[in-house]
Amino acid sequence: MADLPELGIGIDVGGTNTDAVVLGAQGRVIAKAKRPTTPDVTEGLRAALDAVLAELGHESAREADGPRLEREADGPPPVQDRITRVMLGTTHATNAILERRNLGRVAVLRLGAPATTSVPPLSGWPGDLRKAVSAGEAVVPGGHYVDGREIRPPDLDTIRRFLDGVAAEAVAVTSVFSPASGEHERLVEELVRAEYGLPVSLSHEIGSLGLLERENATVLNAALYGVAAHVTGALVAALAERGLRARPYLAQNDGTLMTLEHAARLPVSTIGSGPANSLRGAAYLSGVTDAIVVDVGGTSTDLGVLAGGFPRESAAAVEIGGVLTNFRMPDILAIALGGGTVVREHGIGPDSVGYRIAREGLVFGGSTPTITDAAVAAGRTPSDGKDWLARLGDMSEGMADMLESAVAVADEMVIDAVDRMALGKSGRPLVAVGGGAFLLPERIPGADRVIRPEHAEVANAVGAAIALASGRVDTILPAGDSRSEAIERAKEEAAARAVAAGADPSRVEIVDLLEVPLSYLSEPAVRVHVKAAGPLAR
Amino acid sequence: MKSPGTPAPPPAWKSDGRVPEDQDTPARCRICIRPVFMGSIVPVAPEAAQRIYRRPHLPDWRIEVACGWLCRQMSIDVSDIPALARGCAVLGTGGGGDVRTGSLAAARAIREYGEVPLVRLADLEEDALIVPLSGIGAPTVSHEMIHSEDEPKRIAEEIERIFGRPPSAVMSSEIGGSNGVAPVAWAAQLGLPLLDADGMGRAFPEVQMVSMYVAGLPADLVVMTDVAGNVVTIRPIDGLWSERLARAVCVAAGSSALMADYVLTAAVARGAVIEGTVTRALEIGRATEGAADPLRALQDRLGAARLIIGKLTDVERRTTGGFVRGTATIEGTGDDRGRILTLELQNENLVAVENGRLLAMVPDLITVVDTETAAAIQTEGLRYGQRVTVLAWPCDPLWRTPKGLETAGPRAFGYELDYVPVEELTAHG
Repeated sequence: MADLPELGIGIDVGGTNTDAVVLGAQGRVIAKAKRPTTPDVTEGLRAALDAVLAELGHESAREADGPRLEREADGPPPVQDRITRVMLGTTHATNAILERRNLGRVAVLRLGAPATTSVPPLSGWPGDLRKAVSAGEAVVPGGHYVDGREIRPPDLDTIRRFLDGVAAEAVAVTSVFSPASGEHERLVEELVRAEYGLPVSLSHEIGSLGLLERENATVLNAALYGVAAHVTGALVAALAERGLRARPYLAQNDGTLMTLEHAARLPVSTIGSGPANSLRGAAYLSGVTDAIVVDVGGTSTDLGVLAGGFPRESAAAVEIGGVLTNFRMPDILAIALGGGTVVREHGIGPDSVGYRIAREGLVFGGSTPTITDAAVAAGRTPSDGKDWLARLGDMSEGMADMLESAVAVADEMVIDAVDRMALGKSGRPLVAVGGGAFLLPERIPGADRVIRPEHAEVANAVGAAIALASGRVDTILPAGDSRSEAIERAKEEAAARAVAAGADPSRVEIVDLLEVPLSYLSEPAVRVHVKAAGPLAR
Repeated sequence: MKSPGTPAPPPAWKSDGRVPEDQDTPARCRICIRPVFMGSIVPVAPEAAQRIYRRPHLPDWRIEVACGWLCRQMSIDVSDIPALARGCAVLGTGGGGDVRTGSLAAARAIREYGEVPLVRLADLEEDALIVPLSGIGAPTVSHEMIHSEDEPKRIAEEIERIFGRPPSAVMSSEIGGSNGVAPVAWAAQLGLPLLDADGMGRAFPEVQMVSMYVAGLPADLVVMTDVAGNVVTIRPIDGLWSERLARAVCVAAGSSALMADYVLTAAVARGAVIEGTVTRALEIGRATEGAADPLRALQDRLGAARLIIGKLTDVERRTTGGFVRGTATIEGTGDDRGRILTLELQNENLVAVENGRLLAMVPDLITVVDTETAAAIQTEGLRYGQRVTVLAWPCDPLWRTPKGLETAGPRAFGYELDYVPVEELTAHG
């Protein structure tokens, strides 16, 4: 086994397709597969995994064509044994929240009284989600001021009385200013573990400043423990059934991975991993680290920005299932334009034939004109060697005109969206990925060139297969003399969190450091955001 | 006359309580003394009125029964909060704080304590005490340190102790931004009506930038309370000291406090507060609701000039003297292609210039809205690439008096400019 390269499998569950790839030693894509996503997610995952393993079997058979007999005599390791890691990016958690299914009952505990009582926990939640998730809510004494003083010491007896009165499967703890002072949350964690044996979500491990949004994310996280256990269970079982002894990882929304143990603690961070994977995959396949990435799907196109090889993060709060949260998500602009977008006399979309394009599109012999047909008519075709233009056949002049103007409208939408994402910065390349990447024009103002990497249609699965883990810290520090020391501590903490997520301690680096001065405070202070990342430990 | 676009009082009555002569009805509500018209009343028996409106924790004045007639009074319900929040954001001219937390607090308080009646100055007795309330503190802190529910009660108790009688109504000090929405929560918690008025008609960053200061009322009393329960009463010698001391207390309290200043009677408030602004915020918020062309609807409702429709191409921010200053550049699109507008920002949008020509300046209102949805964008939310429209419209006439301009004109914000009203600047545009 020592002289044969190790392999990694990346799987990405998308809205329409579940993609899988096998990455080889030099990071080459040596097998890939696309299967429809199934309602239960898990079946599609198994199908994609089987498909990519079958293709890998063929590949390795071809590789070993000549000396095959001889090697068989030596008992070469089966290809399964060369797979050391399987990385999964999945929508299980998102679906559970959107459909209010399989969510755990959470005891919601806020430390902050007498402050914050004018807006109790879960205010503004949709009624059905609140009903599905909340086992009870309480605001108890505790928490800190912005300058680190305690509002009140945590009242442990009140907390016990609250927990004694609720039937919960998990506890979510949010303390005022915990991103700067997390000790009250940790104190409650100890109490709950020791006396109640329940899993606990701590807000300072999940979100940044902004009490209500962080609390919401923390409660969702606690509600997802069961879903996380289900996903990791399904993944581990799928690997075992196929005789794979690979170590499993889950993709998170900053484009890095985490161990199953880590994912079990922070399931909420798997939400939004799809676009992040696609961005990381685009960077990987194209070899560029700063670019605008355009991922063209069947019904929509996602645009994101790569900065230093990582997705640029959104500055705005993110809504999930009707709940506002503030954990970091990739900054994605989605436009209603995809391969299946329907073309009409006076404009395009926003509706799409979606996966039915393979029956309904003109180039597939159907009768619904789509953007794919318009692109083919304009000479933009998938690079698979097929004569797409011939498939379009003869058209009426009216149809030809309609398709021509549809391409112009679609290009205008893309150009406009690229401009919005570019933030005035020019000179970066544009990386086109996704199944519909061929729809994009050769020249796009705002991008200095358009890169169409090989395997672009499975960029998201490739992104999942890239082995990096990360950790982050977001806190408020004094701006005075102690500032540099405090920043060093924040860096160490971020690095420690990256290691906890699975990174190799000797190769963790600080990849992002952001300082924002704050106004109207007694002493000058800065808000600091640090992110550390590194390759997975072996 | 209020600024153009201020809603005219309903035709049924005038704010001075006189019955218009062309209307024929002698009926008046026995309690609020307003003339009562068929179109504006709900006939119910007195017992039914009590059943509907009496709530144990509310004072009796809410039962408005006159000869078997219930005078229908405007009140703010949970369903009004989104519109109010949108309107307050527009009136915030880029500042005034995020309306989200205030909206949640208001909705929760209404559910808990009931609808908040909206009263006019004319509805109140001459010596009724009005408490202008505002939250003060650092924006970053306000997202984390949310107000305690007990804060309004402590302020009201302290005011009753000082004046020897309980307050009759709550007023927003600043209708623009979060301080326009949160008073609904505070009024509900106190079981008091909200006065349809405020002290700015917009948002301003400093404590002395209020109509009561401009009207010459003494800034001799400030009552503050914090989340911990401390109550501080300040007797400053003038408005500038009031700002300085209130700021110091706020910082000591963890950069978050609730404040009452310029506590005044209804008689004194006449001419010293800007009336009708809560209704106006509600109407602004409703104008865009379900509108086919939200931008047009908003512009019409505001009576605003459209300075430019375009794209944000640059936002530059710098921190000087504790304030964040910035410049935003908007390049025209469509009909405005080729034009470039620059906006000078501090907490609010203050000056709009095109090619060296002034288009609007503080205290007139300048708001940046999303071209598609007509939702207001705060100065800190401005980002490159946004498709925006800049609207400007006249401030309340009070701000155009010499004292008003001295307090909140361009020079008060460090711009060496002579104030020219927006309608003159945009008259030939």
